[in-house]
Amino acid sequence: MSPAVDVRQVCKRFGSLQALDNVDLRIEAGEFFGLLGPNGAGKTTLINLLSGLARPDSGQLSILGYDVVTQYRDSRRLLGVVPQELVFDPFFTVRETLRLQSGYFGLRNNDAWIDEVMHHLDLDDKADTNMRKLSGGMKRRVLVAQALVHKPPVIVLDEPTAGVDVELRQTMWRFIQRLNREGQTVLLTTHYLEEAEALCGRVAMLKRGKIVALDSTQNLLNSVATCRVQLRLSGALPAALSPQVTEQNGDSYVLALSSYPALETVLAQLREANLTVLEMNLQQPDPEEVFLQVVGSA
Amino acid sequence: MKTSFTTLFYKEALRVKKVAFQTLLAPILTSLLYLLIFSHVLAQHVEVYPGVRYTAFLIPGLVMMSVLQNAFANSSSSLIQSKITGNIVFVLLAPIAYGEFFAAYVLASVVRGLVVGAGVYLTALFFAVPPMLHPLWIMLFAVLGSAFLGAMGVVAGIWAEKFDQLAGFQNFIIMPLTFLSGVFYSIHSLPDFWQGLSRFNPFFYMIDGFRYGFFGASDISPWFSLAVVSVCFAAMTGFTLALLRSGYKLRI
Repeated sequence: MSPAVDVRQVCKRFGSLQALDNVDLRIEAGEFFGLLGPNGAGKTTLINLLSGLARPDSGQLSILGYDVVTQYRDSRRLLGVVPQELVFDPFFTVRETLRLQSGYFGLRNNDAWIDEVMHHLDLDDKADTNMRKLSGGMKRRVLVAQALVHKPPVIVLDEPTAGVDVELRQTMWRFIQRLNREGQTVLLTTHYLEEAEALCGRVAMLKRGKIVALDSTQNLLNSVATCRVQLRLSGALPAALSPQVTEQNGDSYVLALSSYPALETVLAQLREANLTVLEMNLQQPDPEEVFLQVVGSA
Repeated sequence: MKTSFTTLFYKEALRVKKVAFQTLLAPILTSLLYLLIFSHVLAQHVEVYPGVRYTAFLIPGLVMMSVLQNAFANSSSSLIQSKITGNIVFVLLAPIAYGEFFAAYVLASVVRGLVVGAGVYLTALFFAVPPMLHPLWIMLFAVLGSAFLGAMGVVAGIWAEKFDQLAGFQNFIIMPLTFLSGVFYSIHSLPDFWQGLSRFNPFFYMIDGFRYGFFGASDISPWFSLAVVSVCFAAMTGFTLALLRSGYKLRI
Protein backbone atom coordinates (compact mmCIF):
# COMPACT_ATOMS: atom_id res chain seq x y z
CA MET A 1 0.00 0.00 0.00
CA SER A 2 1.25 3.48 -0.84
CA PRO A 3 2.27 5.62 2.12
CA ALA A 4 -0.16 8.35 3.12
CA VAL A 5 2.54 10.96 2.62
CA ASP A 6 5.72 10.37 0.67
CA VAL A 7 8.31 13.12 0.39
CA ARG A 8 11.48 12.38 -1.57
CA GLN A 9 14.53 14.63 -1.76
CA VAL A 10 12.44 17.76 -1.81
CA CYS A 11 14.13 21.14 -2.07
CA LYS A 12 12.48 24.54 -2.00
CA ARG A 13 14.21 27.89 -2.02
CA PHE A 14 12.78 31.39 -1.58
CA GLY A 15 15.42 33.80 -2.85
CA SER A 16 18.47 33.28 -0.68
CA LEU A 17 16.56 31.22 1.90
CA GLN A 18 16.76 27.44 1.56
CA ALA A 19 13.34 26.65 3.04
CA LEU A 20 13.62 22.89 2.51
CA ASP A 21 16.86 21.07 1.87
CA ASN A 22 16.65 17.50 0.53
CA VAL A 23 13.81 16.45 2.79
CA ASP A 24 12.79 12.78 2.87
CA LEU A 25 9.73 11.77 4.85
CA ARG A 26 7.37 8.83 4.73
CA ILE A 27 4.17 8.71 6.77
CA GLU A 28 2.22 5.46 6.70
CA ALA A 29 -1.56 5.34 6.36
CA GLY A 30 -3.30 5.54 9.74
CA GLU A 31 -0.45 7.28 11.57
CA PHE A 32 -0.84 10.31 13.83
CA PHE A 33 2.36 12.12 12.92
CA GLY A 34 3.83 15.26 14.43
CA LEU A 35 6.02 17.78 12.63
CA LEU A 36 7.89 20.00 15.07
CA GLY A 37 10.37 22.76 14.64
CA PRO A 38 11.06 26.38 15.49
CA ASN A 39 9.60 29.24 13.48
CA GLY A 40 11.07 29.29 9.98
CA ALA A 41 12.11 25.63 10.12
CA GLY A 42 10.13 24.80 6.97
CA LYS A 43 7.03 23.12 8.41
CA THR A 44 4.49 25.29 6.62
CA THR A 45 6.52 25.20 3.41
CA LEU A 46 6.37 21.41 3.48
CA ILE A 47 2.60 21.52 4.02
CA ASN A 48 2.19 24.06 1.24
CA LEU A 49 4.07 21.75 -1.10
CA LEU A 50 1.91 18.78 -0.11
CA SER A 51 -1.28 20.74 -0.66
CA GLY A 52 -0.19 22.35 -3.93
CA LEU A 53 -0.08 25.91 -2.57
CA ALA A 54 3.62 25.90 -3.45
CA ARG A 55 5.68 23.97 -5.99
CA PRO A 56 8.92 22.15 -5.24
CA ASP A 57 12.17 23.20 -6.93
CA SER A 58 13.15 19.54 -7.04
CA GLY A 59 12.08 16.21 -5.60
CA GLN A 60 8.73 14.48 -5.45
CA LEU A 61 5.77 14.53 -3.09
CA SER A 62 2.77 12.22 -3.18
CA ILE A 63 -0.40 11.61 -1.22
CA LEU A 64 -1.46 7.95 -1.11
CA GLY A 65 0.55 7.35 -4.27
CA TYR A 66 -0.71 10.39 -6.22
CA ASP A 67 1.92 12.91 -7.24
CA VAL A 68 0.96 16.38 -5.97
CA VAL A 69 2.11 18.07 -9.20
CA THR A 70 1.21 15.72 -12.05
CA GLN A 71 -1.86 14.16 -10.38
CA TYR A 72 -2.88 17.19 -8.38
CA ARG A 73 -6.64 16.64 -8.65
CA ASP A 74 -6.40 13.15 -7.13
CA SER A 75 -3.91 14.14 -4.46
CA ARG A 76 -5.92 17.20 -3.38
CA ARG A 77 -9.12 15.16 -3.19
CA LEU A 78 -7.38 12.90 -0.63
CA LEU A 79 -6.08 15.75 1.48
CA GLY A 80 -7.80 17.99 4.02
CA VAL A 81 -5.74 20.96 5.15
CA VAL A 82 -6.37 23.26 8.11
CA PRO A 83 -4.31 26.35 7.28
CA GLN A 84 -2.37 28.18 9.94
CA GLU A 85 -3.83 31.61 9.11
CA LEU A 86 -7.31 32.41 10.39
CA VAL A 87 -8.92 33.03 7.00
CA PHE A 88 -12.60 33.13 6.08
CA ASP A 89 -14.96 34.40 3.41
CA PRO A 90 -16.98 37.26 4.91
CA PHE A 91 -19.89 36.91 2.48
CA PHE A 92 -21.19 33.58 3.74
CA THR A 93 -22.69 31.81 6.74
CA VAL A 94 -21.05 28.78 8.33
CA ARG A 95 -23.35 26.35 6.53
CA GLU A 96 -22.87 28.10 3.18
CA THR A 97 -19.11 28.02 3.69
CA LEU A 98 -19.16 24.26 4.35
CA ARG A 99 -21.52 23.55 1.45
CA LEU A 100 -19.29 25.52 -0.91
CA GLN A 101 -16.20 23.67 0.32
CA SER A 102 -18.00 20.35 -0.26
CA GLY A 103 -18.87 21.44 -3.76
CA TYR A 104 -15.28 22.42 -4.55
CA PHE A 105 -14.37 18.81 -3.77
CA GLY A 106 -17.11 17.50 -6.05
CA LEU A 107 -19.65 16.61 -3.36
CA ARG A 108 -23.30 17.57 -3.72
CA ASN A 109 -25.93 16.83 -1.07
CA ASN A 110 -23.37 16.47 1.70
CA ASP A 111 -25.56 17.96 4.43
CA ALA A 112 -25.68 14.85 6.62
CA TRP A 113 -21.88 14.85 7.02
CA ILE A 114 -21.76 18.65 7.29
CA ASP A 115 -24.24 18.44 10.18
CA GLU A 116 -22.15 15.74 11.86
CA VAL A 117 -18.92 17.71 11.52
CA MET A 118 -20.61 20.84 12.88
CA HIS A 119 -22.02 18.85 15.76
CA HIS A 120 -18.63 17.39 16.71
CA LEU A 121 -17.05 20.84 16.62
CA ASP A 122 -19.89 22.47 18.59
CA LEU A 123 -20.94 24.62 15.67
CA ASP A 124 -24.62 23.56 15.48
CA ASP A 125 -26.02 26.81 16.81
CA LYS A 126 -23.76 28.88 14.55
CA ALA A 127 -24.79 27.19 11.28
CA ASP A 128 -26.68 30.22 9.98
CA THR A 129 -24.36 32.87 11.42
CA ASN A 130 -22.25 34.95 9.06
CA MET A 131 -18.54 34.17 9.32
CA ARG A 132 -17.75 37.81 10.17
CA LYS A 133 -19.77 37.55 13.36
CA LEU A 134 -17.90 34.55 14.77
CA SER A 135 -15.21 34.77 17.44
CA GLY A 136 -11.64 33.73 16.59
CA GLY A 137 -12.11 30.32 18.21
CA MET A 138 -15.32 29.69 16.29
CA LYS A 139 -13.66 30.70 13.03
CA ARG A 140 -10.90 28.21 13.81
CA ARG A 141 -13.52 25.48 14.27
CA VAL A 142 -15.00 26.31 10.87
CA LEU A 143 -11.52 26.02 9.34
CA VAL A 144 -11.21 22.54 10.81
CA ALA A 145 -14.71 21.66 9.56
CA GLN A 146 -13.81 22.90 6.06
CA ALA A 147 -10.80 20.59 5.98
CA LEU A 148 -12.91 17.59 7.00
CA VAL A 149 -15.97 18.27 4.90
CA HIS A 150 -14.95 15.90 2.08
CA LYS A 151 -13.85 13.11 4.47
CA PRO A 152 -10.21 13.16 3.39
CA PRO A 153 -8.14 10.07 4.26
CA VAL A 154 -5.17 12.35 5.05
CA ILE A 155 -5.67 15.35 7.33
CA VAL A 156 -3.03 18.06 7.68
CA LEU A 157 -3.30 20.44 10.60
CA ASP A 158 -0.91 23.37 10.49
CA GLU A 159 -0.73 24.64 14.07
CA PRO A 160 -4.50 24.37 14.44
CA THR A 161 -4.61 25.22 18.13
CA ALA A 162 -2.34 28.27 18.07
CA GLY A 163 -4.00 30.86 20.29
CA VAL A 164 -7.23 28.97 20.91
CA ASP A 165 -8.86 28.09 24.21
CA VAL A 166 -8.58 24.80 26.06
CA GLU A 167 -12.19 23.87 25.33
CA LEU A 168 -11.68 24.05 21.58
CA ARG A 169 -8.46 22.08 21.79
CA GLN A 170 -10.16 19.31 23.68
CA THR A 171 -13.23 19.29 21.41
CA MET A 172 -11.08 19.26 18.33
CA TRP A 173 -8.65 16.61 19.48
CA ARG A 174 -11.46 14.28 20.54
CA PHE A 175 -12.89 14.48 17.03
CA ILE A 176 -9.54 14.20 15.25
CA GLN A 177 -8.53 11.24 17.41
CA ARG A 178 -11.80 9.54 16.54
CA LEU A 179 -11.11 10.06 12.84
CA ASN A 180 -7.59 8.71 13.32
CA ARG A 181 -8.95 5.61 15.08
CA GLU A 182 -11.25 5.13 12.09
CA GLY A 183 -8.19 5.00 9.84
CA GLN A 184 -7.54 8.59 8.75
CA THR A 185 -3.92 9.70 8.71
CA VAL A 186 -3.14 12.89 10.61
CA LEU A 187 -0.14 15.13 10.07
CA LEU A 188 0.11 17.78 12.75
CA THR A 189 2.44 20.71 13.13
CA THR A 190 2.36 22.33 16.52
CA HIS A 191 4.28 24.45 18.95
CA TYR A 192 2.57 22.72 21.87
CA LEU A 193 4.96 19.86 22.52
CA GLU A 194 2.67 18.30 25.09
CA GLU A 195 0.13 18.05 22.29
CA ALA A 196 2.59 16.14 20.10
CA GLU A 197 3.52 13.92 23.04
CA ALA A 198 -0.11 13.16 23.83
CA LEU A 199 -1.31 12.61 20.28
CA CYS A 200 1.48 11.60 17.92
CA GLY A 201 2.88 8.11 17.47
CA ARG A 202 5.88 9.45 15.58
CA VAL A 203 7.42 12.87 15.26
CA ALA A 204 9.92 14.56 12.98
CA MET A 205 11.84 17.66 13.94
CA LEU A 206 12.76 20.19 11.30
CA LYS A 207 15.49 22.77 11.56
CA ARG A 208 16.51 25.18 8.80
CA GLY A 209 14.76 23.05 6.19
CA LYS A 210 16.28 19.74 7.26
CA ILE A 211 14.87 16.85 9.27
CA VAL A 212 17.12 16.58 12.31
CA ALA A 213 15.21 13.87 14.18
CA LEU A 214 12.64 11.29 13.18
CA ASP A 215 11.44 8.61 15.55
CA SER A 216 8.56 7.41 17.66
CA THR A 217 7.60 10.07 20.17
CA GLN A 218 8.55 7.85 23.11
CA ASN A 219 11.95 6.94 21.68
CA LEU A 220 12.71 10.53 21.03
CA LEU A 221 11.76 11.54 24.55
CA ASN A 222 13.86 8.72 26.00
CA SER A 223 16.82 9.38 23.74
CA VAL A 224 17.81 12.60 25.41
CA ALA A 225 19.17 12.90 28.95
CA THR A 226 16.21 14.64 30.36
CA CYS A 227 15.21 12.18 33.06
CA ARG A 228 15.62 13.90 36.43
CA VAL A 229 15.37 12.99 40.06
CA GLN A 230 14.62 15.41 42.88
CA LEU A 231 16.11 14.38 46.24
CA ARG A 232 15.93 15.77 49.79
CA LEU A 233 18.81 14.36 51.79
CA SER A 234 19.82 14.04 55.42
CA GLY A 235 23.19 15.69 54.65
CA ALA A 236 25.29 17.33 51.95
CA LEU A 237 25.43 15.70 48.53
CA PRO A 238 28.68 13.78 47.83
CA ALA A 239 31.09 15.76 45.64
CA ALA A 240 31.14 12.93 43.05
CA LEU A 241 27.50 13.68 42.20
CA SER A 242 27.94 17.47 41.90
CA PRO A 243 28.34 17.48 38.08
CA GLN A 244 24.81 16.07 37.74
CA VAL A 245 23.15 18.78 39.84
CA THR A 246 20.90 21.08 37.83
CA GLU A 247 19.19 22.82 40.76
CA GLN A 248 19.80 23.15 44.50
CA ASN A 249 17.56 24.57 47.17
CA GLY A 250 18.89 23.96 50.72
CA ASP A 251 18.99 20.21 51.27
CA SER A 252 16.97 19.57 48.11
CA TYR A 253 18.79 18.69 44.87
CA VAL A 254 17.69 18.02 41.29
CA LEU A 255 20.01 15.64 39.42
CA ALA A 256 20.01 14.92 35.67
CA LEU A 257 20.23 11.25 34.76
CA SER A 258 21.34 9.83 31.44
CA SER A 259 18.79 7.01 31.82
CA TYR A 260 16.57 5.39 34.43
CA PRO A 261 19.17 2.69 35.40
CA ALA A 262 21.55 5.52 36.32
CA LEU A 263 19.31 6.17 39.34
CA GLU A 264 20.61 2.97 40.94
CA THR A 265 24.19 4.30 40.72
CA VAL A 266 23.14 7.55 42.41
CA LEU A 267 21.36 5.71 45.24
CA ALA A 268 24.39 3.44 45.73
CA GLN A 269 26.66 6.47 46.13
CA LEU A 270 24.27 8.00 48.67
CA ARG A 271 24.26 4.75 50.69
CA GLU A 272 28.04 4.66 50.59
CA ALA A 273 28.12 8.21 52.02
CA ASN A 274 25.65 7.16 54.80
CA LEU A 275 23.04 9.61 53.57
CA THR A 276 19.31 9.02 53.94
CA VAL A 277 16.85 9.97 51.24
CA LEU A 278 14.09 11.96 53.01
CA GLU A 279 12.09 12.66 49.86
CA MET A 280 12.36 11.60 46.22
CA ASN A 281 10.50 12.64 43.04
CA LEU A 282 11.22 11.23 39.60
CA GLN A 283 10.59 13.78 36.85
CA GLN A 284 9.48 12.61 33.40
CA PRO A 285 11.37 13.76 30.30
CA ASP A 286 10.18 17.22 29.37
CA PRO A 287 9.21 17.40 25.68
CA GLU A 288 10.18 21.06 25.57
CA GLU A 289 13.68 20.15 26.66
CA VAL A 290 13.90 17.25 24.21
CA PHE A 291 12.91 19.64 21.49
CA LEU A 292 15.48 22.22 22.49
CA GLN A 293 18.22 19.62 22.86
CA VAL A 294 17.56 17.93 19.54
CA VAL A 295 17.11 21.16 17.62
CA GLY A 296 19.96 22.86 19.44
CA SER A 297 22.45 20.06 18.86
CA ALA A 298 21.60 19.61 15.17
CA MET B 1 -21.31 19.27 -15.39
CA LYS B 2 -18.45 19.18 -12.90
CA THR B 3 -19.59 19.96 -9.37
CA SER B 4 -16.46 21.94 -8.52
CA PHE B 5 -17.02 24.26 -11.49
CA THR B 6 -20.73 24.76 -10.76
CA THR B 7 -19.97 25.37 -7.08
CA LEU B 8 -17.34 28.00 -7.83
CA PHE B 9 -19.72 29.68 -10.28
CA TYR B 10 -22.55 29.50 -7.73
CA LYS B 11 -20.29 30.98 -5.04
CA GLU B 12 -19.45 33.92 -7.31
CA ALA B 13 -23.11 34.46 -8.21
CA LEU B 14 -24.15 34.23 -4.54
CA ARG B 15 -21.50 36.81 -3.62
CA VAL B 16 -22.92 39.22 -6.23
CA LYS B 17 -26.45 38.65 -4.91
CA LYS B 18 -25.40 39.24 -1.30
CA VAL B 19 -24.04 42.68 -2.15
CA ALA B 20 -26.53 43.45 -4.91
CA PHE B 21 -26.81 47.09 -3.89
CA GLN B 22 -23.16 47.61 -4.74
CA THR B 23 -22.79 45.11 -7.59
CA LEU B 24 -26.09 45.56 -9.46
CA LEU B 25 -28.05 48.65 -8.39
CA ALA B 26 -25.17 51.14 -8.11
CA PRO B 27 -23.89 50.61 -11.68
CA ILE B 28 -27.43 50.89 -13.05
CA LEU B 29 -27.85 54.21 -11.27
CA THR B 30 -24.48 55.46 -12.56
CA SER B 31 -25.43 54.65 -16.16
CA LEU B 32 -28.75 56.40 -15.77
CA LEU B 33 -26.95 59.53 -14.59
CA TYR B 34 -24.79 59.42 -17.75
CA LEU B 35 -27.95 59.04 -19.81
CA LEU B 36 -29.69 61.92 -18.06
CA ILE B 37 -26.79 64.34 -18.40
CA PHE B 38 -25.54 63.50 -21.88
CA SER B 39 -28.97 63.20 -23.44
CA HIS B 40 -30.05 66.49 -21.86
CA VAL B 41 -26.96 68.34 -23.05
CA LEU B 42 -26.52 66.79 -26.50
CA ALA B 43 -29.98 65.64 -27.64
CA GLN B 44 -30.71 68.92 -29.44
CA HIS B 45 -27.29 69.17 -31.09
CA VAL B 46 -26.30 65.69 -32.27
CA GLU B 47 -27.91 63.26 -34.67
CA VAL B 48 -25.58 60.32 -35.25
CA TYR B 49 -27.86 58.14 -37.39
CA PRO B 50 -30.60 59.72 -39.54
CA GLY B 51 -33.94 59.60 -37.77
CA VAL B 52 -32.47 58.28 -34.50
CA ARG B 53 -32.66 60.53 -31.44
CA TYR B 54 -29.33 60.97 -29.66
CA THR B 55 -30.85 59.56 -26.44
CA ALA B 56 -31.84 56.39 -28.30
CA PHE B 57 -28.37 56.22 -29.90
CA LEU B 58 -26.77 56.56 -26.49
CA ILE B 59 -28.70 53.74 -24.79
CA PRO B 60 -26.99 50.72 -26.44
CA GLY B 61 -23.56 52.29 -25.84
CA LEU B 62 -24.29 52.85 -22.18
CA VAL B 63 -25.75 49.37 -21.81
CA MET B 64 -22.65 47.80 -23.35
CA MET B 65 -20.33 50.01 -21.30
CA SER B 66 -22.08 48.80 -18.14
CA VAL B 67 -21.87 45.19 -19.31
CA LEU B 68 -18.12 45.47 -19.95
CA GLN B 69 -17.16 47.42 -16.84
CA ASN B 70 -19.17 45.18 -14.52
CA ALA B 71 -17.87 42.00 -16.07
CA PHE B 72 -14.33 43.23 -15.41
CA ALA B 73 -15.17 44.43 -11.91
CA ASN B 74 -16.71 41.10 -10.96
CA SER B 75 -13.80 38.74 -11.52
CA SER B 76 -11.08 41.26 -10.64
CA SER B 77 -12.60 42.43 -7.35
CA SER B 78 -13.58 38.94 -6.26
CA LEU B 79 -10.07 37.62 -6.85
CA ILE B 80 -8.21 40.46 -5.20
CA GLN B 81 -10.50 40.36 -2.16
CA SER B 82 -9.93 36.63 -1.86
CA LYS B 83 -6.18 37.09 -2.20
CA ILE B 84 -5.94 39.91 0.33
CA THR B 85 -8.20 38.24 2.91
CA GLY B 86 -6.48 34.92 2.23
CA ASN B 87 -9.62 32.92 1.56
CA ILE B 88 -8.43 32.14 -2.00
CA VAL B 89 -6.71 29.24 -0.25
CA PHE B 90 -10.04 27.35 -0.09
CA VAL B 91 -10.23 27.32 -3.87
CA LEU B 92 -6.52 26.61 -4.33
CA LEU B 93 -6.62 23.61 -1.98
CA ALA B 94 -9.51 22.05 -3.89
CA PRO B 95 -9.16 19.73 -6.90
CA ILE B 96 -10.34 22.40 -9.33
CA ALA B 97 -8.76 22.34 -12.80
CA TYR B 98 -7.40 25.56 -14.33
CA GLY B 99 -10.10 25.49 -16.99
CA GLU B 100 -12.86 25.15 -14.39
CA PHE B 101 -11.41 28.01 -12.35
CA PHE B 102 -11.28 30.21 -15.46
CA ALA B 103 -14.74 29.23 -16.72
CA ALA B 104 -16.42 29.77 -13.32
CA TYR B 105 -15.00 33.28 -12.84
CA VAL B 106 -15.65 34.30 -16.45
CA LEU B 107 -19.19 32.91 -16.52
CA ALA B 108 -20.04 34.71 -13.27
CA SER B 109 -18.68 37.92 -14.83
CA VAL B 110 -20.81 37.40 -17.93
CA VAL B 111 -23.92 36.87 -15.80
CA ARG B 112 -23.29 40.01 -13.72
CA GLY B 113 -22.53 42.01 -16.87
CA LEU B 114 -25.74 40.84 -18.54
CA VAL B 115 -27.90 41.47 -15.45
CA VAL B 116 -26.53 45.01 -15.05
CA GLY B 117 -26.88 45.58 -18.81
CA ALA B 118 -30.49 44.39 -18.75
CA GLY B 119 -31.18 46.66 -15.76
CA VAL B 120 -29.69 49.69 -17.51
CA TYR B 121 -31.63 48.90 -20.70
CA LEU B 122 -34.98 48.46 -18.94
CA THR B 123 -34.69 51.65 -16.90
CA ALA B 124 -33.42 53.59 -19.93
CA LEU B 125 -36.65 52.74 -21.73
CA PHE B 126 -38.29 55.47 -19.65
CA PHE B 127 -36.21 57.98 -21.62
CA ALA B 128 -36.26 56.53 -25.14
CA VAL B 129 -37.03 53.25 -26.87
CA PRO B 130 -34.33 52.26 -29.34
CA PRO B 131 -35.33 49.65 -31.92
CA MET B 132 -33.99 46.11 -31.48
CA LEU B 133 -33.55 44.90 -35.04
CA HIS B 134 -31.10 42.00 -34.50
CA PRO B 135 -31.39 40.57 -30.96
CA LEU B 136 -28.98 37.73 -31.73
CA TRP B 137 -26.18 40.16 -32.57
CA ILE B 138 -26.95 42.00 -29.34
CA MET B 139 -26.63 38.82 -27.27
CA LEU B 140 -23.56 37.65 -29.18
CA PHE B 141 -21.61 40.85 -28.58
CA ALA B 142 -22.83 41.19 -25.00
CA VAL B 143 -21.72 37.65 -24.13
CA LEU B 144 -18.41 37.77 -26.01
CA GLY B 145 -17.55 41.25 -24.76
CA SER B 146 -18.35 40.46 -21.13
CA ALA B 147 -16.45 37.16 -21.38
CA PHE B 148 -13.40 39.05 -22.71
CA LEU B 149 -13.61 41.58 -19.87
CA GLY B 150 -14.27 38.80 -17.34
CA ALA B 151 -11.08 37.08 -18.48
CA MET B 152 -9.22 40.39 -18.34
CA GLY B 153 -10.53 40.79 -14.80
CA VAL B 154 -9.10 37.39 -13.87
CA VAL B 155 -5.69 38.51 -15.15
CA ALA B 156 -5.91 41.83 -13.28
CA GLY B 157 -7.13 40.12 -10.08
CA ILE B 158 -4.23 37.67 -10.20
CA TRP B 159 -1.64 40.32 -11.04
CA ALA B 160 -2.69 43.00 -8.54
CA GLU B 161 -1.37 42.64 -5.01
CA LYS B 162 -3.30 45.55 -3.53
CA PHE B 163 -6.50 47.43 -4.28
CA ASP B 164 -4.44 50.40 -5.42
CA GLN B 165 -2.95 48.42 -8.30
CA LEU B 166 -6.33 47.12 -9.35
CA ALA B 167 -7.76 50.66 -9.28
CA GLY B 168 -4.85 51.70 -11.53
CA PHE B 169 -5.68 48.91 -13.98
CA GLN B 170 -9.33 49.98 -13.95
CA ASN B 171 -8.74 53.74 -14.22
CA PHE B 172 -5.83 53.74 -16.66
CA ILE B 173 -6.78 50.87 -18.96
CA ILE B 174 -10.43 49.85 -18.71
CA MET B 175 -12.02 53.31 -18.31
CA PRO B 176 -10.12 55.04 -21.16
CA LEU B 177 -10.70 52.10 -23.49
CA THR B 178 -14.46 52.11 -22.78
CA PHE B 179 -14.86 55.89 -22.93
CA LEU B 180 -12.87 56.10 -26.17
CA SER B 181 -14.75 53.29 -27.86
CA GLY B 182 -17.72 55.17 -29.29
CA VAL B 183 -20.12 54.85 -26.38
CA PHE B 184 -21.10 58.51 -26.70
CA TYR B 185 -20.38 59.12 -30.40
CA SER B 186 -19.78 57.54 -33.79
CA ILE B 187 -16.09 57.36 -34.70
CA HIS B 188 -16.98 59.00 -38.03
CA SER B 189 -17.37 62.23 -36.07
CA LEU B 190 -13.69 62.03 -34.99
CA PRO B 191 -10.66 63.46 -36.85
CA ASP B 192 -8.80 60.90 -39.00
CA PHE B 193 -6.01 60.35 -36.45
CA TRP B 194 -8.42 59.44 -33.67
CA GLN B 195 -10.53 57.37 -36.02
CA GLY B 196 -7.44 55.37 -36.92
CA LEU B 197 -6.44 55.00 -33.31
CA SER B 198 -9.93 53.85 -32.32
CA ARG B 199 -9.56 50.89 -34.67
CA PHE B 200 -6.86 49.51 -32.35
CA ASN B 201 -9.29 49.58 -29.45
CA PRO B 202 -11.07 46.21 -29.12
CA PHE B 203 -13.80 47.88 -27.04
CA PHE B 204 -14.79 49.91 -30.11
CA TYR B 205 -15.72 46.70 -32.00
CA MET B 206 -17.75 45.44 -29.03
CA ILE B 207 -19.75 48.66 -28.77
CA ASP B 208 -20.17 49.05 -32.53
CA GLY B 209 -21.29 45.44 -33.07
CA PHE B 210 -23.63 45.64 -30.09
CA ARG B 211 -25.17 48.85 -31.41
CA TYR B 212 -25.63 47.23 -34.84
CA GLY B 213 -27.99 44.77 -33.14
CA PHE B 214 -30.27 47.68 -32.21
CA PHE B 215 -30.18 49.95 -35.26
CA GLY B 216 -29.00 47.70 -38.08
CA ALA B 217 -26.36 50.38 -38.72
CA SER B 218 -22.77 50.53 -37.55
CA ASP B 219 -19.47 52.28 -38.20
CA ILE B 220 -17.98 49.08 -39.63
CA SER B 221 -19.25 45.63 -40.63
CA PRO B 222 -20.57 43.64 -37.64
CA TRP B 223 -18.92 40.54 -39.08
CA PHE B 224 -15.54 42.22 -38.93
CA SER B 225 -16.27 43.35 -35.36
CA LEU B 226 -17.30 39.81 -34.45
CA ALA B 227 -14.05 38.44 -35.85
CA VAL B 228 -11.97 41.00 -33.91
CA VAL B 229 -13.81 40.39 -30.62
CA SER B 230 -13.62 36.60 -31.07
CA VAL B 231 -9.88 36.70 -31.71
CA CYS B 232 -9.36 39.00 -28.70
CA PHE B 233 -11.37 36.68 -26.48
CA ALA B 234 -9.53 33.60 -27.72
CA ALA B 235 -6.16 35.29 -27.13
CA MET B 236 -7.17 36.49 -23.65
CA THR B 237 -8.44 32.99 -22.80
CA GLY B 238 -5.16 31.42 -23.88
CA PHE B 239 -3.14 33.95 -21.92
CA THR B 240 -5.25 33.59 -18.76
CA LEU B 241 -5.14 29.80 -18.86
CA ALA B 242 -1.37 29.88 -19.28
CA LEU B 243 -1.14 32.24 -16.30
CA LEU B 244 -3.30 29.95 -14.16
CA ARG B 245 -1.35 26.89 -15.21
CA SER B 246 1.93 28.56 -14.27
CA GLY B 247 0.55 29.39 -10.82
CA TYR B 248 1.65 33.02 -11.27
CA LYS B 249 1.11 34.92 -7.99
CA LEU B 250 -1.26 32.21 -6.76
CA ARG B 251 1.01 29.27 -6.06
CA ILE B 252 4.48 30.12 -4.78
